[in-house]
Amino acid sequence: MQSLIIHSPILAIAIPLLAAFLTPLIGKFSSKARDIVVIVALAVTEFLVLILARDIYASGLHVYTLGALSPTLATPENFMIPVRIVLEVDAMSVFMGIISATVALAAAIYSISFMKRETGGTKFYTLLLLLTVGMIGLEFTGDLFNMFIFLEILSISGAALAGFRIRYADAIEGGFKYLVISAIGALVVLFAVGIFYGQYNLLNIAALAKVMQYTSLDQLALVLLIMAFGMKLASVPMHMWAPDTYSVAPAGTTPMIYVASQACLYALIRICFTLYGVTMNTSTIGWIIIVLGVLSMFIGVTVAVKQTDIKRLMAYHAISQSGYMLLGIGVGIAVLADPVALAAYGKTAISGGIFHIVNNALYKGLLFLTAEALFFSLGTRDLNKMGGMARNMKYTTIFFIIGALAISGIPPFNGFTSKLMIYESVYQFSPLLAVIAMLVSILTLASFTKAFQSAFTGPALPQYNNVKEVPKPMLIGMGILAVLIVFFSLFPNLVVNTIVNPATDSLINQAGYISSVMGGL
Amino acid sequence: MTESLFNIPFLAIAALIVISLYIIITQKNLIKLVMGIVILESAVNFFLVSLGYRSGGATPIYTNAPEKLMVLPVPQALTLTSIVIGVSVTALMLSMIILIYRHTGDIDAEKSRRLKG
Repeated sequence: MQSLIIHSPILAIAIPLLAAFLTPLIGKFSSKARDIVVIVALAVTEFLVLILARDIYASGLHVYTLGALSPTLATPENFMIPVRIVLEVDAMSVFMGIISATVALAAAIYSISFMKRETGGTKFYTLLLLLTVGMIGLEFTGDLFNMFIFLEILSISGAALAGFRIRYADAIEGGFKYLVISAIGALVVLFAVGIFYGQYNLLNIAALAKVMQYTSLDQLALVLLIMAFGMKLASVPMHMWAPDTYSVAPAGTTPMIYVASQACLYALIRICFTLYGVTMNTSTIGWIIIVLGVLSMFIGVTVAVKQTDIKRLMAYHAISQSGYMLLGIGVGIAVLADPVALAAYGKTAISGGIFHIVNNALYKGLLFLTAEALFFSLGTRDLNKMGGMARNMKYTTIFFIIGALAISGIPPFNGFTSKLMIYESVYQFSPLLAVIAMLVSILTLASFTKAFQSAFTGPALPQYNNVKEVPKPMLIGMGILAVLIVFFSLFPNLVVNTIVNPATDSLINQAGYISSVMGGL
Repeated sequence: MTESLFNIPFLAIAALIVISLYIIITQKNLIKLVMGIVILESAVNFFLVSLGYRSGGATPIYTNAPEKLMVLPVPQALTLTSIVIGVSVTALMLSMIILIYRHTGDIDAEKSRRLKG
């Protein structure tokens, strides 16, 4: 058991990677065995991430050095710097790892019955597992160049998944846009990595953070990184790809692509807090992120209100919700150098932002899945052509209500808890920002009321008399997320204390991160 | 004089980046867009390789050049990886353009567009 925990960071990446390339082989013989392999691989990944999380909350940051005599030794004998590929997993990384693994598992279960209608199912699962590898790798790596590699794995598999239904012209278009944005973003990241290497001859995050000077070249690199990850995160004004890609991606993969964009938010957070920390001009960078957040929140929701395509509507809400996270985290960064303000409200703001990531992954994932369930049964995404579906699809209706109430921040749902943390802390920083955040929440509720009313209530439409509830695996996939939402709503304190606060603490403790990786050097 | 000569690669990189960004922003033809991205990729690869160059350095094979100055091996490894990734991204983008052309009969970004709003 102990050695399993030590090796779990690399196993959580290696097992889905192995399964990704096993599925084509097994799929040649039996599609049932292939489905089982996919689910088992993702379940094992989830298990590994969970036991790793348990150990990290008990004993702190985990370092895993590939190819070293002892995997826990980051700096090998006779070297003063980490020269090997190092995985550095702290409470924040593992928090994101749990989200990625859970959503991937739910999405894979959901996809089983969906894929029976499609051809090329084997390749679909290969891509889905590769996307999981990309997310978990991006979250666990302690090396900037590997961050670029995993970002590319995530982008290529995500784009191929978004454009998977090649019989639709719009699906290809959505996938292509995602790929173009990702390719440019990743090259910008690589350029920034080159800037770091040229100055410090280092690629390891902790080692770089130790010697970070914040020269004008470092400032350029920071701007490039914020731009690249902001693009991948679909924050306004770099959001154009998101509605197109989310609306055409096949069922089950939309939440995954969405969580993949949250993994890019993680990369942004990691760079701001751990790589630069207090050496950067925290208040300027904080305000840049706050402005990105407020723009995303407000423009996302106002455009969402007028959408009639249910998946486009949800995609714009996804942009708007990312704004809340950026707002919370931006406020935290702005006061990072001021210990009094940080203790008074900065930590709550960061915790609120981080808690919103997990809440959002759950309810946004659930809402995307219900939208796909409607498309699966009705064959249309147009809200004006739907109606009265509450009669035919009882469970989907219930799941939609849970998701819609949670996203609008109605108490006691989990969206309310994290939004309240953001409102309270942001109000102390700047009351105007808190007012905007509440206004956005009201608009979100309005928009979802409209969507619910047009899709589920109203008179029964004759052309949909024979529409039935979606198959069981799809319900199970949605059910997993719905149960987690209810759990998070009932026990917010438990969740915040056990997984969110350790993540916040490890983020703001930059010196602790550096010393646990670099040892006494 | 020799000092300024070392900056020539970086000037070339800056020129390549400007050209590629110009192509990416202004061109509507999807194939040209892909060309712009490939030029950007070459510029970044060029940047990485020139970072590791040491004037008069030998090939970084330890058994071959034990005493001499060597160029840095890490950027070369990074560049190789980046080239491999670049090829797969380009291949996927071009295959998607083929599919877009089959569906819409056009590779102009405006005319082949289906998603709006």
